[in-house]
Amino acid sequence: MSELTDLGVKALRDGIRSGEFSARETADAFIAQVAKAKSLNAFLVETPDHAIAAADAADAARAKGDTLAPLAGVPIGMKDLFCTKGVQAAAASHILEDFKPPYESTVSQRLWDAGAGMLGKLNMDQFAMGSSNETSAFGNVVSPWRREGGGNAPLTPGGSSGGSSAAIAARLCPAATGTDTGGSIRQPAAFTGITGIKPTYGRCSRWGVIAFASSLDQAGAMARDVTDCAILLEAMAGFDPKDATSLDAPVPKWEAGLNADLSGKRVGIPKEYRSDGMSPEIEALWQQGIDWAKDAGAEIVEVSLPHTKYALPAYYIIAPAEASSNLARYDGVRYGQRELPDGAGLQDMYAATRAAGFGDEVKRRIMIGTYVLSAGFYDAYYTQAQKVRTLIARDFENAWIECDLLLTPTAPSAAFGLGETTDPLSMYLNDVFTVPSSLAGLPAMSVPGGLDKQGLPLGLQIIGKAMDEQSVLNAGLALEQRAGFTARPEAWW
Amino acid sequence: MSVDKATVEKIAALARIAISEDEAQRLVPELNNIIGWVEQLGEVDTSNVEPMTAVIPNTLRLREDVVTDGNVRDDVLANAPQAEHGFFAVPKVIE
Repeated sequence: MSELTDLGVKALRDGIRSGEFSARETADAFIAQVAKAKSLNAFLVETPDHAIAAADAADAARAKGDTLAPLAGVPIGMKDLFCTKGVQAAAASHILEDFKPPYESTVSQRLWDAGAGMLGKLNMDQFAMGSSNETSAFGNVVSPWRREGGGNAPLTPGGSSGGSSAAIAARLCPAATGTDTGGSIRQPAAFTGITGIKPTYGRCSRWGVIAFASSLDQAGAMARDVTDCAILLEAMAGFDPKDATSLDAPVPKWEAGLNADLSGKRVGIPKEYRSDGMSPEIEALWQQGIDWAKDAGAEIVEVSLPHTKYALPAYYIIAPAEASSNLARYDGVRYGQRELPDGAGLQDMYAATRAAGFGDEVKRRIMIGTYVLSAGFYDAYYTQAQKVRTLIARDFENAWIECDLLLTPTAPSAAFGLGETTDPLSMYLNDVFTVPSSLAGLPAMSVPGGLDKQGLPLGLQIIGKAMDEQSVLNAGLALEQRAGFTARPEAWW
Repeated sequence: MSVDKATVEKIAALARIAISEDEAQRLVPELNNIIGWVEQLGEVDTSNVEPMTAVIPNTLRLREDVVTDGNVRDDVLANAPQAEHGFFAVPKVIE
């Protein structure tokens, strides 16, 4: 038998069900890997007891002959953005250091109800604001991947769900939760050679997910393959009356519905995504993806999304505006850290607490958001951005007349070195291919397509119609089968 | 539109973030870069376009007007930096 930690969600679930191995052995194997991998800095908190309790419950249920829950005994990682009862949820920020939520997020509760156990809380960009994991207040995650012949220069695992992507790529957990506001599941998945799906906005409850930009934030699944993502997402999704934007729609049986035959599907290639500056390797990967889709039976059509170039600037008005409002709650009164200089009054306490507690990128975005919402500027910036957002969503609606899915690269490059990108604006450009579908609330996923010349993973993105995660997953499966991606980072940690 | 140091200080005050002279100075070009870049949205003709309010069509739900939670005072206060006598405590605000 191969190492248990080499198995994915489906293989673990099925092996535990059939009794090939116990849930306890599985949990122990992953816990040991997590404990050995401190140098990756992927976990902020380790919760072996949680994983063991779920494993023991699964083994006991099996011994009694009970039907096992969908994820019984499968240990997973939980992004630090999710509130977990009694376990620190800090959004990787000092301002929430030591915050132990007295309640559980809906998504994490659904996973525990499905029988999963938690190995720990995963590092991330602070408040999910970042594309490289460098904004974490607790030090960045280091990607398990290294450039071939490039020495040991530490690389980014992507962001913001970089702890999740690194932990899965390094086989510290078979799957993890992520959240995606402008690409925070898909870009880290692409950078680490794993798979990640952001479902339609509203599929997964936002209740108990620490808010960044509420009209964009959406939880999703990250795992090593498409089937595992389908299994995890099925457990996470579902209507929740506690979230006003939760979709009151049944959760399809995505795993059972998987089908890699794309006959009759029209796959659109948006011409605006083909920029002059696109790297030849990314362009070649994209062409490869197009050929794979054709091979799977899809018809390829060129489509136009004319407002694509305005998606990023619109996002960098809307997301900071919502963040400035959402993060107003961190005031040093109800939870988190308080900074109280000698003799300070209430207003001084707020300002000192927020100055000490927020990182530079978070402050930058709060200030941009405050500016674009301030009197006299609101219409010129915020209202205009929301109008452009309408046009971007309309672009997709028009594209759906001609196609059923869109295929693009996930990110404009492979993972870059930590510390290599210092200008905020250049960092923002990482999300150029992922932000438009976020603004339109559409389901989108990244699957590994291959390796670049440096031996680093590159991802392909599939975008689907609202509520049509099944077609996205199916196309992902078709690409996955043809890519035959088996590369993995050599363990150095 | 570009921001100067006084504007940066005003925004910081509105956002309740204390900043030093040096930080304000450093933020001027940073914010100007970002604001200058987002201003390209001005070229888009948005006459007769409604601003986005919901990405996925959804309706607001009504529920029975009944109490569904509560009686968790101690849980609510458990994470407070300073809680006294069942209340959040803050520095004195009235002289």
